[in-house]
Amino acid sequence: MSDRLSVLKTYKLYVGGKFPRSESGRVYEVTDCKGTWLANAPLASRKDARDAVVAARKAFGGWSGATAYNRGQILYRIAEMLEGRREQFIAEVADAEGLSKAKATAQVDAAIDRWVWYAGWSDKVAQITGGANPVAGPYFNLSSPEPTGVVAVLAPQDSSFLGLVSVIAPAVVTGNTVVVVTSEKSPLPALSLAEVLATSDLPGGVVNILSGRTAEIAAPLAAHQDVNALDLAGADAGLAKELETAAADNLKRVLRPEPADWSADPGTGRLLSFLETKTVWHPMGV
Amino acid sequence: MTSAFEYAPAPESRAVVDIAPSYGLFIDGEFAEGSDGKVFKTVSPANEEVLSEVAQASADDVDRAVKAARKAFEKWSALPGAERAKYLFRIARIIQERSRELAVLESLDNGKPIRESRDADLPLVAAHFFYYAGWADKLDHAGYGPHPRPLGVAGQVIPWNFPLLMLAWKIAPALATGNTVVLKPAETTPLSALFFADICRQAGLPKGVVNILTGDGSTGAALVAHPDINKVAFTGSTEVGKAIARTVAGTDKKVTLELGGKAANIVFDDAPIDQAVEGIVNGIFFNQGHVCCAGSRLLVQESVQDELLDALKRRMQTLRVGDPLDKNTDIGAINSAEQLARITALADAGEAEGAERWAPACELPGSGYWFAPTLFTGVTQAHRIAREEIFGPVLSVLTFRTPEEAVAKANNTPYGLSAGIWTEKGSRILWMANKLRAGVIWSNTFNKFDPTSPFGGYKESGYGREGGRHGLEAYLNV
Repeated sequence: MSDRLSVLKTYKLYVGGKFPRSESGRVYEVTDCKGTWLANAPLASRKDARDAVVAARKAFGGWSGATAYNRGQILYRIAEMLEGRREQFIAEVADAEGLSKAKATAQVDAAIDRWVWYAGWSDKVAQITGGANPVAGPYFNLSSPEPTGVVAVLAPQDSSFLGLVSVIAPAVVTGNTVVVVTSEKSPLPALSLAEVLATSDLPGGVVNILSGRTAEIAAPLAAHQDVNALDLAGADAGLAKELETAAADNLKRVLRPEPADWSADPGTGRLLSFLETKTVWHPMGV
Repeated sequence: MTSAFEYAPAPESRAVVDIAPSYGLFIDGEFAEGSDGKVFKTVSPANEEVLSEVAQASADDVDRAVKAARKAFEKWSALPGAERAKYLFRIARIIQERSRELAVLESLDNGKPIRESRDADLPLVAAHFFYYAGWADKLDHAGYGPHPRPLGVAGQVIPWNFPLLMLAWKIAPALATGNTVVLKPAETTPLSALFFADICRQAGLPKGVVNILTGDGSTGAALVAHPDINKVAFTGSTEVGKAIARTVAGTDKKVTLELGGKAANIVFDDAPIDQAVEGIVNGIFFNQGHVCCAGSRLLVQESVQDELLDALKRRMQTLRVGDPLDKNTDIGAINSAEQLARITALADAGEAEGAERWAPACELPGSGYWFAPTLFTGVTQAHRIAREEIFGPVLSVLTFRTPEEAVAKANNTPYGLSAGIWTEKGSRILWMANKLRAGVIWSNTFNKFDPTSPFGGYKESGYGREGGRHGLEAYLNV
């Protein structure tokens, strides 16, 4: 060990492509599983949540309007950037989740590969969910999936990185923009992921990341009238019921929490959860 | 304008339908009285004649029906798909055979013109059963992975605007996928669902697979809240849809909601005016405007506003309002006194807020519930008649200059069920269709439906899709 004093990182939120502190000025202590201090993370407020929704809405038109090929390349670029910082994330995940280096490596590798898996979905999802409908009349009739809009995502509490990536990627690959609430206990890998996203050509505002108390940040998101959907992966049963009830006010699409093995094949469930089907008719004739 | 032609009355015969003086609840394959003996009357909205008396299902009745459906589920879901398919094909065929009877019944109970119940509702009802029948033995190939499973018991609550068609949209996919159902028709239009119970009997459908409970909102609320249902399917108002979403929060119940709308029907200056006028009329006056996807906001490009409105008013003067059973009737009766009061109040609000009201001179019958086809010009986006769903034959006209403005105005609503585009320019249709946040886009047409075509909304118009392969998902554990 050298005696050099290391430079500690100030962990910040990620909103609209920028790295603000919480407007509340609050932070909370993040420790490893043995209770050793790791860093202070921003304790995001209701106002931070609202700012993040504004940023996500602003980014929605451009991101949902980008070509699927373009979105796919950007998701792949995220995997490229992560690969280069693999060691950093292995260390952060090991600290955050109390994992051995081998187990943390498996988590990070799976997370990188998950970006690649979802990157490839961008220009295929319309072909598995949409298509021509053979209506009984002289009409062209086509159904296509479209992104739901702004999705508030409560990242899993116990899988600070693989779980996180597994809920962000399927929402954004189809053109949604997201406001993510990190694992409350282990927010650091998520906050570091923001640095990767910021250098992957992902437009600012497509992914917004907030750390803090899940219940405190989730309540205004679930009640927000400009949020279109809610992924409750990181909510316990009591909180999930409360948030789903609040979400009914503007009929947000709600993905309820269920036990998940984030290492398993993700399938298409999450990918298809934040899509709307649009059906276009036109008469045929000469 | 004096009519070029005088029409002699051309009533469809009522003799084809035999309505019993009273009906019970259809539970476990049998008609039975409600547990507390309460009944209510259903009237013809065209003349307020009492058609029949039906049971008001209590919470106990809901429980009995759910138990019957639960019991039936085991065998029904285990039946080979091909066998379930054959029951549904039978139902489709019996509906076709009895379609005139059912059309007359629907027009009597609902008030819609026989031309529509006969030529739109009933053919679509039969087609819907025929379509989903074919899916029952092909679910492994529907794109939901191998062996998708049914959910269990579906609680279904349907509206009064297309009683039998909404029943078909609910029951056909539910049964095809192996679920059993408890369905509650709307309070003002219970009869066609009760006749459907008889069709289930004729088809030999196992008892308990379909249960029909008549009643008011309290029956629906008890059904939705019942702990032993696995699925809620609702078509109706956004307000009730939100209440249902709250009720099911924290449960495992799967939900689909098909709710209100305030669709923009957008006419560009290059649109063929005569075709657009037909589309506008169909969009807002079809079924008295009791249509969730009705084109209730006409957005017309400023440069053709005068020409279009002149043509539209001329066309509106030829609409025939009156006896739903008359084969020449275009606009029938408003479904209930309550709905008439709502339409009247919103139309009055339109005037009070400064929009200009116009309706053709038309004589309305002395009894029953009627509202003349009505047009408002000078409507702004702030007016209630531009924001709230009227669910009646009332069209609000707004203008725009550029496609961007049309999109912004069209999307300026919490709803997102449907939209219409009228232009001859193909690239503009596709650009507009892409920008409009709505589940169904009709370009150079309006109010077209088909069992193969997914239907459902964005935003506060609800979630889930009915129709097509997409409609299966609502009833499978995927």
